[in-house]
Amino acid sequence: MDVLALTPWDDWSIFIQLCVNGVTLGSVYALIALGYSMVYGILKMLNFAHGDVYMIGSFLGYFMLTSGLDGPMNLAVPIWLALTLVLLVAMLGAGLLGVAIERFAYRPLRNAPRIAPLISALGVSFFLQNSALLLFGANFRTYDAFTLDGGVLFTKGIFEAWGKDDAIALNLPLLNMLVIGGAIVLMILLTLLVARTRLGKAMRATAFDREAAAMMGINPDRVIMATFFIGSALAGAAGVMVGMLFGQVYHFMGFLAGLKGFTAAVVGGIGSIPGAMLGGLLIGMIEAFSTGYLPEGSKFQDFYVFILLIAVMLFRPTGLLGRADIAKV
Amino acid sequence: MTEAPDTVLARDGDRPAPLLELREIVTYYGEINILRQVSLQVNHGELVCLLGGNASGKSTTLKTCLGIVRPRTGRVVFDGEDVTGRPTNYRIARGMAIVPENRRLFAPMTVRENLEMGAYLNGGGVKEDFDRVYELFPLLHERRSQLAGTLSGGEQQMVAMGRALMSRPKLLLMDEPSMGLAPILVERNFEIIKQVHEAGVAVFVVEQNANVSLSIADRGYVLQTGRVVLEGAASDLLQNEDLRKAYLGR
Repeated sequence: MDVLALTPWDDWSIFIQLCVNGVTLGSVYALIALGYSMVYGILKMLNFAHGDVYMIGSFLGYFMLTSGLDGPMNLAVPIWLALTLVLLVAMLGAGLLGVAIERFAYRPLRNAPRIAPLISALGVSFFLQNSALLLFGANFRTYDAFTLDGGVLFTKGIFEAWGKDDAIALNLPLLNMLVIGGAIVLMILLTLLVARTRLGKAMRATAFDREAAAMMGINPDRVIMATFFIGSALAGAAGVMVGMLFGQVYHFMGFLAGLKGFTAAVVGGIGSIPGAMLGGLLIGMIEAFSTGYLPEGSKFQDFYVFILLIAVMLFRPTGLLGRADIAKV
Repeated sequence: MTEAPDTVLARDGDRPAPLLELREIVTYYGEINILRQVSLQVNHGELVCLLGGNASGKSTTLKTCLGIVRPRTGRVVFDGEDVTGRPTNYRIARGMAIVPENRRLFAPMTVRENLEMGAYLNGGGVKEDFDRVYELFPLLHERRSQLAGTLSGGEQQMVAMGRALMSRPKLLLMDEPSMGLAPILVERNFEIIKQVHEAGVAVFVVEQNANVSLSIADRGYVLQTGRVVLEGAASDLLQNEDLRKAYLGR
């Protein structure tokens, strides 16, 4: 067997399709990674419950979709409004969940040894997974975005065909474009918030030196709360996007997604916002390309993703865009 | 000896209440007794310095004023309010500002952003605040878009001072403003402290450098192994023969 199952030169339409898949996945991973990275930046702790916040966000979107818009209530609203509503509700719910987790599981341990909040995070993760199992059951739920407007999101492409040659005919599904576009909008908003607003500056100041931030009159608890809200809301958005893309949600979906978001954050340089975006994109691309081109890629895509993590850790332990922390005396 | 908490705000009727008052502060780090019944006052518009050698407890005293360190017993009263149990950010909101030891700038943020953080509670500062600070430190205006971490030590000290002044404080706390600075910069620094004081702001300076701080102060305290061993008008302290002994810590 050839080392490569296929090369890009064999079929360019596949190459482009994989790029689209990779960027789509990458956008989702980036959104998850951002929450990991922001929380790490400000508290220097890994929030291992983050993947499960994403799962809850996904379920919130699911219930909006099935009961609110498509189900019993059957609100007849235009598709763009429906999508916006689903996204906003999931973001709000996930954000509030993140705030609650911080308040009850992490804040009481703020001055405890660093291992304590980590263990607490694992506990919250199990708690959320099993609560979802108890409440929603073990079945996969079908995220029926297809029924929205007769499946227009899936069947309609941006370009119905690329070029005249049928061999490189290509469809860029509208849904993928929406996911990528939505993620880009959210990331631009986040970047502006962190760079320009008073809250964003307070977040950077608190991440750099919490005690000095308090000396400026900044209430660190409030800033930490806002950070959890924003990071968790982004994970909630990612949850809705994944539900729409793959059509299935279940109580354990947060585990692998959280792990990949974490990997993306570490690869990009944990604590760095552009790093999380880059890391997410990179991991999405690797996953897509290994599916297409590497031997047994569709089975071992996660293997290739974590190979990347190990490689980055070996050659650049601070991550691609991370910088070594200057030890504070 | 100790006052009951409910009478903590009661004062002799005729004397004006001090802006900042520490009452019989006792502080421990673990088992180690750092402050032993430290009492001191800073009146409105006054410039007071706290002198002491290494390990005399002067940094801890300042951290107690700010609420970074909590005393085991004793009270901190600021502007007529008992703030002993209040967090740092609350005290800042009530009108304290601090130029911390080692400056503690937000290194990855610009000079201007650092100043904005100083005025965080005033919504990031209005134009007059920036103008006032840039007038005191014209160099900061030049360097406003530069990252604070890239500045020299003297320039960083200016940012720390400017940042503290951005909040229009009633009381400016300064922790070792002369530390690590060249003598010429120390003088320039104290010149500015004097200007700030003359503009009506109360200043509380914690210093090792007795001469330069007493030369501009109204009053001074000398701390030795956690006790106030000397206090009085700055001019008296400058004449005091015991000062050198106390100040050297033996």
